[in-house]
Amino acid sequence: MITLAHFIVLGAVLFCISVAGIFINRKNIIILLMAIELMLLSVNMNFVAFSRYLGDASGQVFVFFILTVAAAESAIGLAILVVLFRNRATINVGEIDTLKG
Amino acid sequence: MELTLNLALFYAFAAVLVVAALGVISVKNSVHAALLLVLCFFTTAALWLLMQAEFLAIALVLVYVGAVMVLFLFVVMMLDIDTEPLREGFIRYLPIGLGVAVVMLAEMIGLIGVKSLAIPAPADPGGASNTAWLGNALFQNFLLPFETAAVILTVAVIAAIMLTLRKRANTKYENPAWQVSVQARDRIRIVKMPSSGQGVAVKEAAQ
Repeated sequence: MITLAHFIVLGAVLFCISVAGIFINRKNIIILLMAIELMLLSVNMNFVAFSRYLGDASGQVFVFFILTVAAAESAIGLAILVVLFRNRATINVGEIDTLKG
Repeated sequence: MELTLNLALFYAFAAVLVVAALGVISVKNSVHAALLLVLCFFTTAALWLLMQAEFLAIALVLVYVGAVMVLFLFVVMMLDIDTEPLREGFIRYLPIGLGVAVVMLAEMIGLIGVKSLAIPAPADPGGASNTAWLGNALFQNFLLPFETAAVILTVAVIAAIMLTLRKRANTKYENPAWQVSVQARDRIRIVKMPSSGQGVAVKEAAQ
């Protein structure tokens, strides 16, 4: 019997993995974007689980909106990444310091 | 605790998901990371199917695996990235990253109270179809947010195009309207030349 706790713990594990990913891959923007996608996925997992186990459709509707916003975010993020690479020829976070005084 | 088929499937998918997620954040090659992220999304879709969230599971596969991850792969392969300098600090930040993650996980699991949440799933909500259940909620209570989501997607498309569009100088292109409306006199110019003999004279003069 799968209980609510199974899915909540799985979502927490996924979230912590992506936080660790942001910590250890701080130079590579692409991996950072992927870690953010993983985070959104773990949040979605929680939403779906609570929606299913509490019998409320609102949670799944919210997952729908999160999917929309995440798709928009990754589209714009990757577009910015392409423009950045075109102008600076690097995606190393350490070298992107134009705004540094 | 009896090990039903559902539970066995859950543990199998959860194991695949965790291993793939660990791979995403640790592999050297960005293309491999993107492919492992595809595996993550696919496994999550399977887990959502276990929760009888069929519509969202299929939407996850279509939207993420079909669109977002293809976009990621496009960008990763289009940009010629030297990954070696991007890996610096990996070992240095590994302990702090792991420490923060483990502490956060312990706190979260302690906070949510795993024992109290060990509730079994209720009967299938909303009758037969998950899609109808979700659609009823979406189009009755969330119609305005739904339209707003559509606007957000449109704005994102326009923004992404405007960001990456560039006008290059000196590009050569063909104008179809000009090609269609071209006349014979635009292509051929008849030049009156004096009769032969003069050409020979010019050649001799050049020598």
